[in-house]
Amino acid sequence: MGSNKNPRTILRVVSSYVVLVLFALVALYPVSQIVTISLRPADRLLSTSLEIIPENATLDNYRALFTQRPFSLWLFNSTFISLIVTMTGVVLASTAGYAFSRFSFIGKKFGLLSLLVTQMFPATMLLLPMYIMLVKLHLINSYLGIVIMYSATALPFCIWQMKGYYDTIPRSLEEAGRIDGCNQFQTFYKIILPLASPALVITALFSFMSAWTEYVVAAQILQDTQLWTLPLGLKSFESNMGSEWGLYGAASILVTVPVVVLFLSLGRWLVSGLTLGSVKG
Amino acid sequence: MSSSIVATHRLRHNVYVFALVAPAFIVLIGVVIYPFIYNIILSLSNMNLRHIRDWEIVGLKQYAKVFTERTQPDFYVVFLKTVIWTVVNIFFHVVLGVFLALVLNQKEIRGRAIFRTILILPWAVPQLIVALTWRGMFNYEYGSINLMLTRWFGLPSVEWLKSPTEAFIAVIITNVWLGFPFMMVIALGALQSIPGELYEAANMDGASWLYKLRNITIPLIRPVMIPAITLGTVWTFNNLNIVWLVSNAGEPSDSTHLMVSFVYKAAFNFYRYGYGAALSMIIFFILLFFSLVFMRRTRATESMY
Repeated sequence: MGSNKNPRTILRVVSSYVVLVLFALVALYPVSQIVTISLRPADRLLSTSLEIIPENATLDNYRALFTQRPFSLWLFNSTFISLIVTMTGVVLASTAGYAFSRFSFIGKKFGLLSLLVTQMFPATMLLLPMYIMLVKLHLINSYLGIVIMYSATALPFCIWQMKGYYDTIPRSLEEAGRIDGCNQFQTFYKIILPLASPALVITALFSFMSAWTEYVVAAQILQDTQLWTLPLGLKSFESNMGSEWGLYGAASILVTVPVVVLFLSLGRWLVSGLTLGSVKG
Repeated sequence: MSSSIVATHRLRHNVYVFALVAPAFIVLIGVVIYPFIYNIILSLSNMNLRHIRDWEIVGLKQYAKVFTERTQPDFYVVFLKTVIWTVVNIFFHVVLGVFLALVLNQKEIRGRAIFRTILILPWAVPQLIVALTWRGMFNYEYGSINLMLTRWFGLPSVEWLKSPTEAFIAVIITNVWLGFPFMMVIALGALQSIPGELYEAANMDGASWLYKLRNITIPLIRPVMIPAITLGTVWTFNNLNIVWLVSNAGEPSDSTHLMVSFVYKAAFNFYRYGYGAALSMIIFFILLFFSLVFMRRTRATESMY
């Protein structure tokens, strides 16, 4: 190991590990509770045990999801909708954010502010008029309806976030691209977009998440059980007669897995500092 | 001749900008404008359970009611609580998020990808089950928080969900846990935009850790963080789920209400649609005012270069 490391660096690295392990435990503990619930044989939510693997642990709940409930159908619907929303979010936000960062045009400030304004309204009061509007447009019980709604919820943040990131990329890069013979769109597509990969990852992740775990809007639009997404399916485990906590817990863990996989696969581009070196000289 | 070239050039430029911005805005305007206008009309009407079909425009009456009506809990108390809720949450989200991003961004740390992934778990798990899990963890008798306090630290159990202050703290703890990964991911992305040479140069000058943080890191992650903080504030102010689920719809005795859960209760439990809509408009104006001031002070709508 590095003999050139001074004691201060070692201290910094050690304390970093302590912080990371501590926060990892804080992040994991409540999730481990859900694992416990999912492994418990009877439908009990509470217990005085602090152990993670309960007595008589069983995978019955996980099995039941696939054999007795249409979990695979919900999984398919959710994946399909979330991926479309993610693609829409990335394409529309990366282009609109670029325009807001690089060009001055009439209504730029107004446009940016109006994006924020769309987020300021309590969602509960928008539900009723939204429902009426979707009925008039025949978008109830359609994938198109839900994709439009989710994209509209995710876009304002994504556009702002892309704009903020483009702002940190020096303009000299585009000028260099133009001199090398790229046209306006090529400089954006070939030079700026790859540099903005951390922001693209955030946009993709955020768009995906706003579709993946959303319940309230989905409950309004997707009334046909064939179109149900995962959150709607999960909610159906709750009933007046007593909720099926085991199934609920198992489903929640399974819902989390794709997000973790997505994050693991995109994480590399989140932390790729491409700017480094490209502005040198 | 040359002026027409300039004109065509400008036209092409405008078409290009329009093509970049228009698609996103068409989606947004369609989805937001109609419900918004509908809500304005509703807020000026007397629509409630008794006047569900024969409602009429009554002017600003509902707005006056919001400010003057003696409600349980009081409007001004709820407003103050919502402000405290928002400020405390955003403070911890941003401080913890940026701090963890800085820790994770050190090249010397091994297993960064694994830590990164574990730390986003609170964001990845469905909120509904998380809220209910935390509710279980705050349970007086069975909750693991009290079990840990008594067994490991020898402290007395706390009645988390029975008294207003403790319940409020419990809800805030839950939401801080839920929200820090989001800010961490944003900050991690933002940190990548900082050229490494800046730190190298600062190191050569023997700059302190604090100096580098204040003069390099914070100014350069600002363009990405400011929008996230602004929207985070707006979302936290309007967050209904967590309070509703952890405190079981405002327990104990409606003391954990925030402004949105107040709207929810007015509209969906008491069917006072006009009143609920007026309250929504007031929330909207509060947030609009905040954002305008915040954006102006941070100059976020302007470009850096």
